[in-house]
Amino acid sequence: MSIEPSVRVEDKLFYNRYLVDAGRAHIKVRPHTTPSPELLSMLKACPARCYELSDKGQVEITVDGCIECGTCRVICEASGDIEWSYPRGGYGVLFKFG
Amino acid sequence: MIEEKFDAIVVGAGMAGNAAALTLAQRGLKVLQLERGEYSGSKNVQGAILYADMLEKLIPDFREDAPLERHLVEQRFWMMDDRSHTGLHYRSDDFNEEKPNRYTIIRAQFDRWFSQRVREAGATVLCETTVTELAQDAYGKVIGVRTDRADGEIHADVVVLAEGVNGLLGTRAGLRARPQPDKVALAVKEMHFLPRETIEARFNLRGDEGVVIEAAGTISRGMTGMGFIYANKECISLGIGCLVADFQRTGETPYGLLDRFKRHPSVAPLIEGSEVKEYAAHLIPEGGFNAIPQLFGDGWVVVGDAAQLNNAIHREGSNLAMTSGRIAAEAIFQVKSRKDPMTADNLSLYKKMLDESFVIKDLKKYKDMPALMHTQSQNFFLTYPELVSRAMQNFLRVDGTPKVEKERTTFKSFVKARSWSGLFGDAFRLARAWR
Ligand SMILES: Cc1cc2nc3c(=O)[nH]c(=O)nc-3n(C[C@H](O)[C@H](O)[C@H](O)COP(=O)(O)OP(=O)(O)OC[C@H]3O[C@@H](n4cnc5c(N)ncnc54)[C@H](O)[C@@H]3O)c2cc1C
Ligand code: SF4
Repeated sequence: MSIEPSVRVEDKLFYNRYLVDAGRAHIKVRPHTTPSPELLSMLKACPARCYELSDKGQVEITVDGCIECGTCRVICEASGDIEWSYPRGGYGVLFKFG
Repeated sequence: MIEEKFDAIVVGAGMAGNAAALTLAQRGLKVLQLERGEYSGSKNVQGAILYADMLEKLIPDFREDAPLERHLVEQRFWMMDDRSHTGLHYRSDDFNEEKPNRYTIIRAQFDRWFSQRVREAGATVLCETTVTELAQDAYGKVIGVRTDRADGEIHADVVVLAEGVNGLLGTRAGLRARPQPDKVALAVKEMHFLPRETIEARFNLRGDEGVVIEAAGTISRGMTGMGFIYANKECISLGIGCLVADFQRTGETPYGLLDRFKRHPSVAPLIEGSEVKEYAAHLIPEGGFNAIPQLFGDGWVVVGDAAQLNNAIHREGSNLAMTSGRIAAEAIFQVKSRKDPMTADNLSLYKKMLDESFVIKDLKKYKDMPALMHTQSQNFFLTYPELVSRAMQNFLRVDGTPKVEKERTTFKSFVKARSWSGLFGDAFRLARAWR
């Protein structure tokens, strides 16, 4: 089994254009003590790696790099783990090519 | 509040929304179209192959000024294992026709152009506006929308929901279920820039000729999914997508998968030395016929990806979106011309017309495929590609082994991996789902 180089998502997001709506996160994680399996799966499944584990073992989100794909909504909205909306009109990721 | 009332409000300026707004405006209806992006296309992601026929029905002269990349003269299908691919290529000079049948496009640029045509037809297009909610009366009839602008509610006789696969409005209003992890795929995609001549040399192209590669196999690591490589004029669209449920189950990362695809020995030489300029991700509806929700109701219709009208087997979505948008608009126009109200009864005309079109007929044909691909994903995306590769290599390597023995080894490896009944079962199930 060969060792795979780790992929730096941050570098990929750097290619993209964003208009960040400061102070208005469009996705929120519901406060929790122990993360649900759904929430934990987002650490891997989010293509922009917006979800991270805090020192206290809770799942946190930083939406700045979000590409608005909706994957976390599909996985986590039903269980009530997150609140999902689109950013305000004009804000968020702005694809030049798409 | 915007006081004036519209004949129709179209939510979304993607393929479906633009087709609907254009058709409605062309027939003289008063249309308002709302789009959350900075411009039409700024939120949209696609491969992307454009099917000329469905656009021609809307804009016959589109070839004159639409931003088209390359017309396709060749299609490649690759079945991949970790080090090889077995390919099926179809190339024909017939595709170098006066009015080509398929093109590659860049969605952000194409949608912008499409939206300009919608404006010219007379629709009011308002970008940078996220619709937050549908407005309903006491009986649940949809009477308009609410947006994140200070204007409050805007009213219309009918709302066309063209909000795409991750549409929030329809689900928030309880008109349809939210997308399920086993019915949508997550695709990640990069844009690789290279000089035009380099692309033409690497893909064996002349002038504006184009080629696309669809790839399946161990690149998806046993998950239901596919990769794609599309040649544009000066860049290559490259991406891979798998079912969200499979990502959830396996813990594979989308960018890890994309990276492995890029480093595959069959792929790496095609993009060597390229400059990446964008990294995007988007969902694709994969549930097919069985996932289509209720398509109309009092004061509303739903079109395109929001209605799961997407043919994942053939990678067709934008043409189903355009067609459903156009047909919905034509149905609305008919109801309006009869001066009838936009009730569910009257709007059922949309479904009737859609059932008669290729959209529903194609989706019906493949209604059992999504479930089969999902339950058999290990076999179709791991076992078979590896077996085929071994068989091909065994067949081609000349090493003094008698051919009879080689054939026996190949047969044995297939039977060992899947057993006779497994092999026949898979073939039978595939044939039945394809029929
Ligand atoms: C990676 C990838 C490759 C693909 N390749 C192909 C291909 O090669 N050929 C093909 O035919 N199809 C392809 N498809 C499918 C195709 O992209 C879709 O089927 C098509 O875009 C659907 O059109 P739509 O108008 O329904 O949705 P979209 O094009 O997604 O448009 C929805 C629009 O609604 C807007 N919107 C959503 N919610 C709101 C709101 N609340 N308020 C305001 N605006 C809102 C969005 O910003 C967006 O502009 C591909 C898809 C992906 C992801
Ligand atoms: S929408 Fe997509 S990119 Fe944004 S946080 Fe959710 S999974 Fe990540």
